[in-house]
Amino acid sequence: MSPASKPAVTTGWSIGIVTPSLGLNVAVIVILAAVPAYAALTGNTFALTLFTRVVILAIAALSLNLIMGFGGMVSFGHAAYLGIGGYAVGILAKEGVGSGFVQLPIAIAAAALYALIVGALSLRTRGVYFIMITLAFAQMIYYVAIGLDRYGGDDGLTIYHRSQFGGVIDLNNRTAFYYLCFALLLAAIYLVWRVVNSRFGMVIQGARSNDRRMRAIGFPTFRYRLVCFVIAGAMCGLAGALLANHTNFISPAMMHWTRSGDLIVMVVLGGMQAMFGPLIGAVTFLILEEGLSRLTEYSNLILGPLLLGVAVSMHGGIYGLMTGRRNG
Amino acid sequence: MAEVLLEIEDLTKRFGGVVAADGISLALPAGELHAIIGPNGAGKSTLIGQLSGEVAPDSGRIYFDGQEITQLPVYRRSQLGLARSFQVTTLFPDFTALDNVALSVQAHSGHSFRFWKNARKETELRGPAHAALARAGLAEREATLVADLSHGERRQLEIAMALAGRPRMLLLDEPMAGMGSEESARLVSLLRALKGDLTIMLIEHDIDAVFALADRISVLVYGRIIANGDPAAIRSDASVREAYLGEGMADA
Repeated sequence: MSPASKPAVTTGWSIGIVTPSLGLNVAVIVILAAVPAYAALTGNTFALTLFTRVVILAIAALSLNLIMGFGGMVSFGHAAYLGIGGYAVGILAKEGVGSGFVQLPIAIAAAALYALIVGALSLRTRGVYFIMITLAFAQMIYYVAIGLDRYGGDDGLTIYHRSQFGGVIDLNNRTAFYYLCFALLLAAIYLVWRVVNSRFGMVIQGARSNDRRMRAIGFPTFRYRLVCFVIAGAMCGLAGALLANHTNFISPAMMHWTRSGDLIVMVVLGGMQAMFGPLIGAVTFLILEEGLSRLTEYSNLILGPLLLGVAVSMHGGIYGLMTGRRNG
Repeated sequence: MAEVLLEIEDLTKRFGGVVAADGISLALPAGELHAIIGPNGAGKSTLIGQLSGEVAPDSGRIYFDGQEITQLPVYRRSQLGLARSFQVTTLFPDFTALDNVALSVQAHSGHSFRFWKNARKETELRGPAHAALARAGLAEREATLVADLSHGERRQLEIAMALAGRPRMLLLDEPMAGMGSEESARLVSLLRALKGDLTIMLIEHDIDAVFALADRISVLVYGRIIANGDPAAIRSDASVREAYLGEGMADA
């Protein structure tokens, strides 16, 4: 029997390599890599602008998926990190610090520090209370930004010079900027993938599933969840720094609570706990938002029920639908 | 006489007007299987909770291997070698049986701030997890999601997880609850095999299992230990019959 069973194992292995999810992931990467070429060929520069935004917000959604999808920490204030990263770039630019080598680390560090403070307080609570505390902190930061008269207050602040990286890369070159964001997105996906499957990731996922049990078998879960929260905050801070460079503008609106809601929608729509779910969610959400707003000014009337349908019928999101993978 | 592994001194816990632990004192020598029996609401689970650290006692002290642990948090006690199973099965349903046990191994092999290596491919986690599953009689089910395991298998998995941390003492909270007779027979033989290597505190309603396994039995009623002795002594104790065993014992 054993010689006969060997080919079967080999077949299973080769089929296993070309899974629907791998096929989908590769397709998404190829399409995104081709966007600048498409924009150049058709002269459609708007596509490049739109997809730069997609890629940046995908990094933000990815970081949210790390804590919400894998860690079970539903943060309803995630846009605050976008704002902090963006304001770090904007404030430094206005104060004459134009180097990206300074701006980006500060943006990331500021977001990480904020995550440490919010996490240290909010992670002692669960469920609705956790959601409310993350929201309350984000609202506080939102009003702080409104109060920053020197940096435009409610009206926001124009950034006249994008982050400068010496001769390494010129962010004013739209294609170069797009590929920088795209490369950072792929690096971030890889990072999350490694982290989620590591020992650390096992603790995070175990704590989502059953925190009490995790403590009973000997894990001090709080410190692991807090570190996870900080990693996600730092990653989203980077996304905020990129977003400020993309729009050449920062304003309190980028951390309005509805922005936090958008990020949650992207994650749920794309598929929680799937590495490429947030990216697919960001693509779908932003294209739908853009397309529908051209058709009608009541685009939310269409978008809302659509999201409701996804939430009710497909637990794995679009990613789950396309790969036959289901969660929950 | 083996040295004392767990010592409880005058443990007291009140929930409002209800006394769940009323000056409980007990000493468990290493290697003993000590059963706690008593009617519902006697405070058995509260006692386990206080030992594992989930319930803070109002007064009294707990010593484990000579060290006072009364104030230690749950995870520290687990790291010292005090493992518990839960009355209501609480596992990680979206993980496989092997993943569950591997987590337990991981909890006892240093800190988990390791962000890069794939934990599911680490033989130092999977190997001991595999062994613990085999010991609990679940080797063939290791790749099955917990959500797809039967009730009895989940209870076995609870034991495997407790074993995987290489504990010195097990706190078992009604491990046979809801099991069929065949499944409980299997669990009794598993516990019999563990007995001696491990110190075990067993809370169980299945009186036959208790008398088959226990070296010593304490009878808990309204938070007080009203009797303490070997199975034969408990069986013949008049106050135990009156308070708890009653008609069931007459039939037995």
